[in-house]
Amino acid sequence: MKILVPVKRVLDYTIKARAKADGSGVELAGLKMSLNPFDEIALEAAIRLKEVGQATEVVALSCGDAMVQEGLRTALALGADRALWVSSTEELQPLSVAKLLHAVVLREIPTLVICGKQAIDDDANQTGQMLAALLNWGQATNAAEIQVGEGRVDVVRETDGGTETLRLILPAVITTDLRLNEPRYATLPNIMKARKKPIETLTPEELGVTVEPRLKTLRVQEPPQRPAGVKVDSIATLLARLKNEAKVI
Amino acid sequence: MENRILLVAELGPDGHLKSSLRSLLTAAKFLKGDIDVLVWGGDTTSAVVEAQHLPGIRQVLNGSGPTLADGLAEMLCALVRPLARQYTHILTAATTIGKNWMPRLAALEDVAMVSDIVGVESSDTFIRPIYAGSIWATVCCPEPLKLMTVRTTAFPGTEGEGRDPVPVENLPCPAALLQSTRIAVQAHVQEGRPSLENARVVVSGGRGLGSAEHYEALLGPLADELNAALGASRAAVDLGYASNDVQVGQTGKVVAPDLYIAIGISGAIQHLAGMQTSRVIVAINKDPDAPIFAVADYGLVGDLNVLVPELTAALRK
Ligand SMILES: Cc1cc2nc3c(=O)[nH]c(=O)nc-3n(C[C@H](O)[C@H](O)[C@H](O)COP(=O)(O)OP(=O)(O)OC[C@H]3O[C@@H](n4cnc5c(N)ncnc54)[C@H](O)[C@@H]3O)c2cc1C
Ligand SMILES: Nc1ncnc2c1ncn2[C@@H]1O[C@H](COP(=O)(O)O)[C@@H](O)[C@H]1O
Repeated sequence: MKILVPVKRVLDYTIKARAKADGSGVELAGLKMSLNPFDEIALEAAIRLKEVGQATEVVALSCGDAMVQEGLRTALALGADRALWVSSTEELQPLSVAKLLHAVVLREIPTLVICGKQAIDDDANQTGQMLAALLNWGQATNAAEIQVGEGRVDVVRETDGGTETLRLILPAVITTDLRLNEPRYATLPNIMKARKKPIETLTPEELGVTVEPRLKTLRVQEPPQRPAGVKVDSIATLLARLKNEAKVI
Repeated sequence: MENRILLVAELGPDGHLKSSLRSLLTAAKFLKGDIDVLVWGGDTTSAVVEAQHLPGIRQVLNGSGPTLADGLAEMLCALVRPLARQYTHILTAATTIGKNWMPRLAALEDVAMVSDIVGVESSDTFIRPIYAGSIWATVCCPEPLKLMTVRTTAFPGTEGEGRDPVPVENLPCPAALLQSTRIAVQAHVQEGRPSLENARVVVSGGRGLGSAEHYEALLGPLADELNAALGASRAAVDLGYASNDVQVGQTGKVVAPDLYIAIGISGAIQHLAGMQTSRVIVAINKDPDAPIFAVADYGLVGDLNVLVPELTAALRK
């Protein structure tokens, strides 16, 4: 069983994003970029399936400009067997990414695609579901547990009301939630080895996909800030304030 | 051109309409046009009647039947897709259900989708948070069919009832698809407490609670005193203090109660993303520099093991 894991390189989760002063975009210059945390979890899930002999190959894939190759190097260091780069300098929105992934799936014929549930930059939470639609495959989002069986996969998914277990006929698309696993760290020797591994390059043209962005971001800004609060020195003061000033109790 | 708007409702486990539909109604009013409501589920009997009495809508569409009972994305797409192009806008709440099926429909219809809107500027321009809510983007969606999930906490629910019940159109229940089936459900309910989505007060605990026993023993009585729902940070959920469905934040639930009390929570940006639009925020933390204090209206520095029982006792008086 081959598993395809789409990974995105995003602003590191520890860094608070800022809008550019003119509102034209998000300030990214010189800031630390990392693999999307959900994609690390997706990779980890795929690698573990390989380690227990349920998967034969893990292919990492990233779409974007030359910088996304950094993310692919990390994926290789973590244990992906191969890396594919779909090279494009266009702004890639979820529908475009899904179409690129769809085209790659038709070439690679994986049995399972494991995506992150959302990229923590655009917070869209769309791509995996869109890919499943284009492929007419079943989907299980927000996976907390994955169990592969004969011709099927059972996925425990996190829902607003608790959890539920879906049984998907393979091939299928899964998206990962935070509690699926705890990703490993790449070791230094593996990072060195990954530097030498080849990255296969494709273009949207070769894949026959137009990646024109459909949504237009008119401006970005920081949301209204809450006015600074106060520290109170006792429970009694807190309760008095909540009663008389805030009037919430 | 007059807009034609479809709101896709959700039912609670009790078969009643969730109040989130009234927030969708508020968002839809900004779009101006005819509003239809689609109710779906295994048994929609009471929800359809409730929907018929909503103010300002044109008609109710009813998709009821066994294949819709589990809310599978594949089935919901099969239900909505035949109608989709009759509408200019389709809105649903940004819940784990809405986020699951709507992008699938978008790809089937080859339209881009707008996730998690918190504002409507015009019938094609919307505001949505990105980067864990650190940034708001104003996005223009030129698609002829605009699909959007709505962050319902950003839109206060439309109150009231319509004068006469609106007509209902029954939709054919789609045939079962084999791609996916639901084989188990593990529902989690907060015994005797309001749900996180609807609670007026939320008491939330983090890693500072130290153990599952402490989480329950300290926060439970406080929540009961305030008729509050319990919430948690991701750390508290990961450590097993609380169940996953009460995680508040970028990747959990977004809540905006009148009062949010954060106890032993540091205030990581991913947590703030889920609660910073609460009306009043209280934080209890032993670290005076914890980032949670930057968003807290009232901060109390000290040991939660002392302060929380004291607070509960003071409320009892
Ligand atoms: C992709 C991604 C998504 C995430 N999504 C979410 C999300 O949706 N929601 C979320 O919450 N987090 C999320 N996180 C995690 C987030 O970054 C933080 O790690 C998490 O919120 C920390 O939880 P905490 O505040 O409970 O723990 P900590 O940061 O460890 O804070 C514990 C606090 O308790 C205080 N404390 C300890 N003992 C006491 C005491 N005796 N009395 C008083 N105070 C005490 C400490 O001073 C400290 O401030 C996400 C992270 C990633 C990478
Ligand atoms: N540019 C990209 N390249 C590869 N995978 C991506 C890209 N963008 C998104 N994805 C995948 O889709 C998931 C969801 O992204 P999104 O729909 O943008 O929130 C991510 O976690 C990745 O697995």
